[in-house]
Amino acid sequence: MRKAFVKTLIELAEKDDRVYLLTGDLGFHALEGFAEKFPERFLNCGVAEQNMMGVAAGLALSGKKPYVYSIVPFVTLRCLEQIRIDVCYHNLDVKIIGIGGGFSYGTLGSTHSVMEEMAILRTIPNMSVFSPADLLETEELFLKTYENKNPAYFRLSNIGQYEVYDKNPNLEIGKPNVVKDGADGVIVATGLMVSICLDIIKKIKNENNINLKLLSVHTVKPLDEKLLMEQISDFKKIFVIEEHSVIGGLGSIVAEVLADSGYGGILKRVGMDDEFLKEIGTADYLRAKHIVKKNGAIEDILNYFK
Amino acid sequence: MDYNSISKNIRKKILKMKYESQEGHIGSALSCVDILNVLYFKILKIDPKDPLNEDRDRLVFSKGHAAAALYAVLSEKEFFEEKILDAYCKDGSKLAGHSTRGSVPGIEISAGSLGHGLPMASGMALAGKKDNKNYRVFVLMSDGEMDEGTTWESALFSAHHKLDNLTVIVDYNKWQAFGRTNEVLNLEPLAKKWESFGWSVKEINGHNFLEIENVLSIVPFEKVKPNVVIANTIKGKGVEFLEDKLESHYTHITKEDYEKSIR
Ligand SMILES: Cc1ncc(C[n+]2csc(CCOP(=O)(O)OP(=O)(O)O)c2C)c(N)n1
Repeated sequence: MRKAFVKTLIELAEKDDRVYLLTGDLGFHALEGFAEKFPERFLNCGVAEQNMMGVAAGLALSGKKPYVYSIVPFVTLRCLEQIRIDVCYHNLDVKIIGIGGGFSYGTLGSTHSVMEEMAILRTIPNMSVFSPADLLETEELFLKTYENKNPAYFRLSNIGQYEVYDKNPNLEIGKPNVVKDGADGVIVATGLMVSICLDIIKKIKNENNINLKLLSVHTVKPLDEKLLMEQISDFKKIFVIEEHSVIGGLGSIVAEVLADSGYGGILKRVGMDDEFLKEIGTADYLRAKHIVKKNGAIEDILNYFK
Repeated sequence: MDYNSISKNIRKKILKMKYESQEGHIGSALSCVDILNVLYFKILKIDPKDPLNEDRDRLVFSKGHAAAALYAVLSEKEFFEEKILDAYCKDGSKLAGHSTRGSVPGIEISAGSLGHGLPMASGMALAGKKDNKNYRVFVLMSDGEMDEGTTWESALFSAHHKLDNLTVIVDYNKWQAFGRTNEVLNLEPLAKKWESFGWSVKEINGHNFLEIENVLSIVPFEKVKPNVVIANTIKGKGVEFLEDKLESHYTHITKEDYEKSIR
């Protein structure tokens, strides 16, 4: 996803000299292409994220289009007030790129495995939150948001499965995408969980002949709630899964929308429990331990929808 | 045992952890080995059998990504058994790529996000003053952490509160994660900056055991001022093909290089 982002950003920078790239001293073997092509518009701001976000706001107030890059915790929580006030309160054209989303850097522990930032960022007015499922979603959302002038946050994963689509899904901002149709139940997922669920759904179809629908909520905010209801409310049971805290993320969002609508069915929310990591490990290990296996393994999903 | 052999052991332990886990941040760990060696084997008043003694000196390890160096020195000092190091960065383990309080005895703070150690250390130093304790607080920081605003907020705070029981050691290896410090965000004149914030400053060679020992033995340098030691170091020190290279921050060590470097 990081590669898709850099490639697309270079293309945008070629035709638009307002595009700037700011990094918080990260991007080895990733940002060099941009830095070499556009040295005047590449700023390594050092390990100083609060200043970096403020500088981005200043650039945006002066007609530039800054993209701000770092690992998720440092480009979101470390500079949260700069995001809230400098960027969002002024409603500026600053795009925030967080890499290493979820458990990508699981061996590095809790400082790098942030499970809360989508919940926090979505409560800030004017902010949009994107959590793409694969390279094609990343690219499309990236191009779409380039056209607007509002703050946006991208949560990108670096490790795991990605391929969800073989051709462009033609996404629209805010509209959950039906990855796969099905009549026996619906799974609502975001980010990397979409590709993982797609695999699970295929297996369940083959082995048990249960046909589940899968939605990718690539835009966590803003969300077309009416469309989401149309996509899911006919099902008596809804399953939401995300690589994020169960507090405030996609599960909470779906619960809010369903409750507002008077939906009478059952919702199951699967995500990270409200705790820091007690043990570390690779992304695959932690996903299996905390999200996919514990609640969402094939058997769990099967039992839920039976 | 002499300093040389201890540092050699620590470096071997680091390389073993890095080789077996295939994790990066090797250069970051190697550059602070000699400083940690002198701290743990000479300077710090600590008891590995009583790691949470209220009166212990505190070593706040702020450049958390170099955790392997801290784990290695703590095992060398017998805070825990060497074989615990085998769990470094493995699935299901507590020994993370960044040092975490509570994972093994002897770790004062959970680190990994840069620029958190000094504020927390200032709090510990302040508490020591309030409670009339004689313990001292040492903070090992990277030069990259000099970029963070929190560092300079703390610099003001600690000088204002006359925390002469607080000593910062800057592991000044002149590299950060995506370039040389003077190319990314120039820190110079670094000593003058700290001085002007009201700190007492000394500059040393961070690989010369005698210099490290001499300077750390005489804190506080001046009464009522916090202390900072700017230790000039080499990123990747001790492993020739990693020395003074940005790659040493990212490289995963191959079997061949591992075997060559521990000889
Ligand atoms: C707040 C924060 N921002 C970014 C990072 C990512 N990061 C890890 S190490 C590093 C810089 C490494 O250079 P330095 O701090 O000088 O330490 P060295 O490895 O050279 O000792 C960065 C930017 C981080 N850990 N914390």
